[in-house]
Amino acid sequence: MIETDWIWGLIGGLMIGAAAAVYLLGNGRVMGASGIIGGLVDRSGLSTWAERVAFLAALVVVPALMLPLFSTEVSTNITPNLAVVVAAGLLVGVGTRLANGCTSGHGVCGISRFSLRGIVATVFYLLAGGIVMVLFRHLLGVI
Amino acid sequence: MQRIVIAAVSGGLFGAGLLVSGMTDTNKVQGWLDVFGAWDPTLAFVLGGAIMPMLLAWHLTTKRAASLVGEPFPAKPDPKLGHNLVIGSVLFGAGWGLAGLCPGPAIASLSWGGTGGITFILAMIGGMVIAQPVRAQIDRLAAA
Repeated sequence: MIETDWIWGLIGGLMIGAAAAVYLLGNGRVMGASGIIGGLVDRSGLSTWAERVAFLAALVVVPALMLPLFSTEVSTNITPNLAVVVAAGLLVGVGTRLANGCTSGHGVCGISRFSLRGIVATVFYLLAGGIVMVLFRHLLGVI
Repeated sequence: MQRIVIAAVSGGLFGAGLLVSGMTDTNKVQGWLDVFGAWDPTLAFVLGGAIMPMLLAWHLTTKRAASLVGEPFPAKPDPKLGHNLVIGSVLFGAGWGLAGLCPGPAIASLSWGGTGGITFILAMIGGMVIAQPVRAQIDRLAAA
């Protein structure tokens, strides 16, 4: 049986892919969220700061404007355990910069280019995420 | 100016897609990673859907000389994998699993993510700041 969430996932996914296509065909760049932010944080992308800021501003504002369209309350359902949140944020920040990409850059843009780096990165972050669920949810029960 | 408008259109569409797909909900992301729990396959539909327009886009880059603004298309990256790609992806995946957030959805949900969302983004920026010394240390150990 096909669930409604899966159809919305597919529709949203097509929009994400279209966004990456606009960035690639328009500006000639790979749409990677961690790279767009990271280039501002470590100043390696300061020469293209304006388009990075424009991308990030629209990334915040457009979903905010869409919230009234939802009949139920939209929530991230993030864990209230701030120690876990801080640890997760640090790992995501360090990891995406070391690997030069995250789910958008390596996953969406890399796999569609049949890039070995993108495919290998995706395999490792999926495996690591799955192992974390086993350890921290099923064995330790902290998330 | 054209570059900025294109970037804003892309960022806005990305954010809308993340919200519509459910990827700003940490339960859906952790549900996908939790193979031994109540497994939620939604993320596969999202990734599959996102790859389709990009297959076409990468194909179009072979037919055109340059992007709309005249910037050349990105060269295929060095196929060499390297230890940082693997170590970084493992660290990223661990953090992704712990909170159910990756960089795009974390930013997209800034307006409704509350204290937890802002804390995640600040910690992520902190992680990006320390990434350079961490990389230098790893490279030193790898060379030894």
